[in-house]
Amino acid sequence: MWVVLLLAVVIALWVIAAYNGLISLKNQTVNAFKQIDVQLKRRHDLIPNLVNAVKGAMDFERSTLEAVIQARNQAVKVNASGPEGIKQISQAENALSGALSRLLVTVERYPELKATGNIGQLQEELTSTENRIAFARQLYNDTATQYNTKQQQFPTTLVAGLAHAERTDLWEIEDQAERAVPQVDLSRR
Amino acid sequence: MIGFVLFFAWLGFGGDYIWFLSNGHHPFPWVGILLTTVAIVTAWYSYKTGPEKVLWATGAHELIDPQTDAERQLVNVVEEMAIAAGVPRPRIWIVPDDDPNAFATGHDPRDSQIAVTQGLLRICNRDELQAVIGHELGHVKNLDVRLMTTLAALVGAVLLVRDGMGRMMGRGGGRLVGRSSGRRSKDAGPLLVILLALWVISWIIAPLVTQLLAMAVSRKREYLADAMSAQFTRNPLALASALEKIESAAAPTASIKRGAAHLCIADPLGRRFTNREGWLADTLATHPPMSMRISRLKGMGYAQLKKEGGSSAISAPA
Repeated sequence: MWVVLLLAVVIALWVIAAYNGLISLKNQTVNAFKQIDVQLKRRHDLIPNLVNAVKGAMDFERSTLEAVIQARNQAVKVNASGPEGIKQISQAENALSGALSRLLVTVERYPELKATGNIGQLQEELTSTENRIAFARQLYNDTATQYNTKQQQFPTTLVAGLAHAERTDLWEIEDQAERAVPQVDLSRR
Repeated sequence: MIGFVLFFAWLGFGGDYIWFLSNGHHPFPWVGILLTTVAIVTAWYSYKTGPEKVLWATGAHELIDPQTDAERQLVNVVEEMAIAAGVPRPRIWIVPDDDPNAFATGHDPRDSQIAVTQGLLRICNRDELQAVIGHELGHVKNLDVRLMTTLAALVGAVLLVRDGMGRMMGRGGGRLVGRSSGRRSKDAGPLLVILLALWVISWIIAPLVTQLLAMAVSRKREYLADAMSAQFTRNPLALASALEKIESAAAPTASIKRGAAHLCIADPLGRRFTNREGWLADTLATHPPMSMRISRLKGMGYAQLKKEGGSSAISAPA
């Protein structure tokens, strides 16, 4: 009699702990995702300023700048939620990342540009912006992986339904072209 | 922290209890209450003012409005690593010292401070700076900063109280034994002896144990923070090269005093046994040997390279 009661109490305590652990991880995942949003928003706000700052100095690289602006406007327009939303957002943002990294490579190609005015500072800002987004994604992916693993592992998986735990998507690079190392053309035109 | 207060309560009330057993009558437990109060006040005070005192002692000034490129980069790097660690951005301080070093202090991740020396900003490139900041944020995220800052203050407090009590016992002890032998109640004999022995031993080893504990904790935590840095930056080799640079600039960091040594990324005192292995160094150093840390990081780096096929560039953000 007492043994059964004790067992029931132990199981109840474990269920509570597992449930709370899952809920906490779930909220951490949501928060980590919002952190990516914050950093993406920051990038969207920064890009017009950046492009204006280099426009004069880089008249000859008009296509690179236009690609950045276009990708930025595309990314701002995406306004979706849910698992489909993650895919759409990540597609648009990956395109923007690609355009920005091409801009960075371009700036790198003209050392005399870096010496003039605030291009060096701009480069630092651009690097930092890209890093922030990369790190925010890294945190999201790490947290989401932890959450996914937890809800699939054996004893916890019994409580997963109770906590409405569902697999979350990781932030991935969709495009095969994105995955490739960018080609850098070092010849001067 | 709680352990510290309880330990003092044992020292105090234990003393009172022994007094009670040996004397037979029940005195007001003033030693216990006094010591417990002292412990609570010191613990609270060192917890509250620890970070400010550490920063003040190094002569650091807070970086609020970055002016130079290096300062702007530092602010950016700290913000990036705070994002990677998932903690709020710590306050940034610069220590006017030419020797490269860095430390973190504060109470919890919501209220933390990171200080770097000017020498570190000078010799490290962006990746290395990122790795060093990642190490410090590892300390912040593991709550090491609270533990370390408090430990620093507590070691001092134990020593202080021990010395004071030692003087008092020296004068009063003889009288206590002489007087109590006549009145001692018969049944409390063995218990009294055991308690007394335990109590005296506690007094003797208290400072030693706290100090050794602080050092052991510190060394383990350094490895952990190195690993956290690698986790945040995904670039362990950057930290390895930063540590190599810091070590080769061997001059001791003059503005960081002994009390804050275990908070730093590298032992600021440049002590010899920090770089040795073996039992003595393991027991006495605040930091693990630099060569061990570097080789562990390089191991992580090569494992990572191998996993990625070795040919492609490291995909970690620069």
